[in-house]
Amino acid sequence: MESLSFRMDFHKWRALLLLPVGHTWKIIPIVGRGASFQMFFLPYSPWFTLVRRGAVGVQSIRQAHGSGDTACSQKMPPYSNYHAERNYPMPDEPFCSELSPQQRALKEKEKGPWQQLTDAEKVALYRMQFHQTFAEMNRPSNEWKTVLGGVFFFFGFTGILIWWQRLYVFPEKPITLSEDWKSKQLQRVLDMKGNPILGLASRWDYARNDWKK
Amino acid sequence: MSVPVLAKPQLRGLLAKRLRIHIIAAFALSLGCATIYKFAVAEPRKKVYQNFYRRYDAVKDFEEMSQAGIFQYGKP
Repeated sequence: MESLSFRMDFHKWRALLLLPVGHTWKIIPIVGRGASFQMFFLPYSPWFTLVRRGAVGVQSIRQAHGSGDTACSQKMPPYSNYHAERNYPMPDEPFCSELSPQQRALKEKEKGPWQQLTDAEKVALYRMQFHQTFAEMNRPSNEWKTVLGGVFFFFGFTGILIWWQRLYVFPEKPITLSEDWKSKQLQRVLDMKGNPILGLASRWDYARNDWKK
Repeated sequence: MSVPVLAKPQLRGLLAKRLRIHIIAAFALSLGCATIYKFAVAEPRKKVYQNFYRRYDAVKDFEEMSQAGIFQYGKP
C-alpha cells in the first residue's frame, strides 16, 4: 500500500529526528496509568556533544519509552499509531497490538453495552487504542528556546565570519569613499540644490552654511 | 452519564458571519488608511510645495548655482 510505505519512511525520519521533534523525556513510572513527563530544554552545545556521543539517540529514547508505556509493550514503526500525530488523529491500527489477557478480556467486554464499562476501563481502552491524548500530544515544549539559541549562535558565528572577511579579504576602499572626496561630493550636491523642497538641500541653511536646526 | 450537557454550538452561517465582519472591517480599514494618508502625508506635502514656489526666484537660483561653479558651459 502506498500510504503505508510513506508512513514507514516518515517514522524512520521521525526516529532520527526525535530530538527536535519530541523535545520531552518521560520519567519512567513504576506504577500508574498516566506517564508523567519532565520537560527541560537543552542548551545548544551540550546537546550537540550528547548527540555525537550517541547518548541521546533512538535507543535511549526507546528505553525511556519502553517501561513508560504501561498500556502495552514497545511498538516499532511502521505502526501508524507509534507516535500521536495531530494531523492523523484516528489511525487505522490501535496503539497496543499485543494485548495481555486482562486487555483481551476488556476488549471482549467492550463488545457489549458501553454503559457497563467503568470509567477506569474506558480510560484503559483509550490508552490501548491511542498513544497519547490530544492534551498530551499538543502539550507545549521548550523547543523554542533551543531554536532561538541556535539562531543567535549562528548570528554570532556569521558575525565572526564577516569580521574576518573584512580584515583579510576586502580590498582597499576606492578613492570615492574617502572623507575628503565625500565632503566635496556633498558640497557639489548642495551647490546644485539637489531636492530643495523636501530633500537634502531643503535641510541645508544657505545663509549660515550649516545644516538647519 | 455524569457529564453535564454542553450548550449547542453555532453550526450554520459561519462563513456568512465571517464574511460580514471582514467585509465591513476591510472597507473601514481601507477608507481609514486612505483618509489618514491624505491628511497626514499628501496635504502637508502639497502645502510645502506651495510655500516653496510662492517665494521662488528661478533666476536668482540660477545665479547662485553659477557662482558655486557647477556649470561647465558658458564660462566668461
